[in-house]
Amino acid sequence: MRVMVLVKATEDSEAGRMPTTELLEAMGKFNEELVNAGVMLAGDGLKPSSQGKRVAFDGPGRTVIDGPFAETRELVAGFWVWEVKDMAEAVAWVKRCPNPMFGPSEIEIRPVYEMADFGEALTPELAELHDRTREKAGTR
Amino acid sequence: MATAESHRAVEAVFRIEQARLIAGLARTVRDVGLAEELAQDALVIALNEWPKGGVPLNPGAWLMAAAKRRAIDGLRRETMLAKKHAEIARDRETERDAGVEAIEAAIDDDIGDELLGLIFTACHPVLAAESRAALTLRLIGGLTTDEIARAFLSSEATVAQRIVRAKRTLGKAGLTFAVPRGKERDERLASVLEVIYLIFNEGYAATAGEDLIRPALCAEAQRLGRILARLMPDEPEVSGLLALMEIQASRLNARTGPDGSPIPLTEQNRARWDQLLIRRGLAALSRAEALGGGSGAYALQAALAACHARARKAEETDWRRIAALYDRLRDVMPSPVIDLNRAVAHSMAFGPEAGLTLLGEIADAALRNYAPLPAAKGDCLFRAGRLAEAKVEFERAAGLTRNAREKAFFLGRAAACGT
Repeated sequence: MRVMVLVKATEDSEAGRMPTTELLEAMGKFNEELVNAGVMLAGDGLKPSSQGKRVAFDGPGRTVIDGPFAETRELVAGFWVWEVKDMAEAVAWVKRCPNPMFGPSEIEIRPVYEMADFGEALTPELAELHDRTREKAGTR
Repeated sequence: MATAESHRAVEAVFRIEQARLIAGLARTVRDVGLAEELAQDALVIALNEWPKGGVPLNPGAWLMAAAKRRAIDGLRRETMLAKKHAEIARDRETERDAGVEAIEAAIDDDIGDELLGLIFTACHPVLAAESRAALTLRLIGGLTTDEIARAFLSSEATVAQRIVRAKRTLGKAGLTFAVPRGKERDERLASVLEVIYLIFNEGYAATAGEDLIRPALCAEAQRLGRILARLMPDEPEVSGLLALMEIQASRLNARTGPDGSPIPLTEQNRARWDQLLIRRGLAALSRAEALGGGSGAYALQAALAACHARARKAEETDWRRIAALYDRLRDVMPSPVIDLNRAVAHSMAFGPEAGLTLLGEIADAALRNYAPLPAAKGDCLFRAGRLAEAKVEFERAAGLTRNAREKAFFLGRAAACGT
């Protein structure tokens, strides 16, 4: 299964405080372990939300909101995309991650939707697509 | 509940460590079966101790130490037995110490090399291909016997026996568990790549509604490929195979309709292709080519897959490039099916007449009952405006296929040719 692993922001990360050499080193080692195990597909660190923007939707309306954003602990400071066997494996990997922040911090693991999860919900659209492709193939 | 939960957590950590653990132990005790037993012993000890004191900081080293203690205990017991039976008096102490020291020294060897050694051992050509696949999934992938059985649509007893026999065969062969060198290395590497691709294709062949463990084989093979690519960064065909698997897997979600019927590549909804895997695949392909391996069989197949992956719309497909790649693949990996695909590619690149010429050159004997051959001829004839001849070919294809859906498709195309 594919999971997205979210490193939550802290006051430090939002202030743009850069990690220490020791942490960078430890994180580099951890990333290498992930790559060696064939687990890591992608990952990056994110700049503070002061450099980000939000677009708010309300019906046809679109409003652009400049960062920084409040609720620091709900913001994301970095992410990975991993391919793991199950949630237990993802948790085991996260547990061996060095603390990514100076103080207490959180990492969140969220499974990515897969085709099987959609079940019936996807069928009408797929059926339509399929009919279209069949039609095309048949009359080509 | 709490116990089940903590057991799962311990097992998850064990799964991460398992392959390296077995690899290190196998190198030391020179026996895959014994190495796996020792690793399992270490798991049992961990299941007992970790829920009480928490997962240790370095679980890999902890498990290795536990397994090592078991190995040494075993060796001592054997020595004691030998003492009783043979009544040798003097040099036993030194013998035993030498054995213990050898175990302790060997365990600190280079881990990557050991893991590679284990992969080469599990994929040893003395074993049948299906045994190699089962053993690789068991030892390196950490799959249970039950999971492997379900994945290969086999019974658990059959797979268990296959694994036991494979271990015995390896034991008798007296292997060193070292990574082979020189000419032997190339042959053995070919066997490793073959096993990984076999696992991938088994997963790729799975259809909707089947046990989910089957499609999961694709992910397992990709993972093995990624591990191998890290262990052998200078082997172009390793990167070539990885590229091929990543790009093929990028289409897993787009290749079947809701009723499970296959959707041909050119008709797939490309928005469903996994761009992350495509990027990874293209990167692996560039690596293979940069290493001078652009003409390897896997790299060429990956390059073919990449031509489709790069085209955002089917109409943008670079058929000339595909045709040229098939010309090269034909030299490296001759097969009538590749000749057929090559002819189709040429027909797309240079027109139906070019395709018909090449299709005419294919020795019919090998593909006499192969529906795609008359289907390809029918398509070229149809596009050339030779409708009556096309109709005959489509009808022949319909008569050859056993798949009802395909049959209906070919009959539909025959009907579209008029009378």
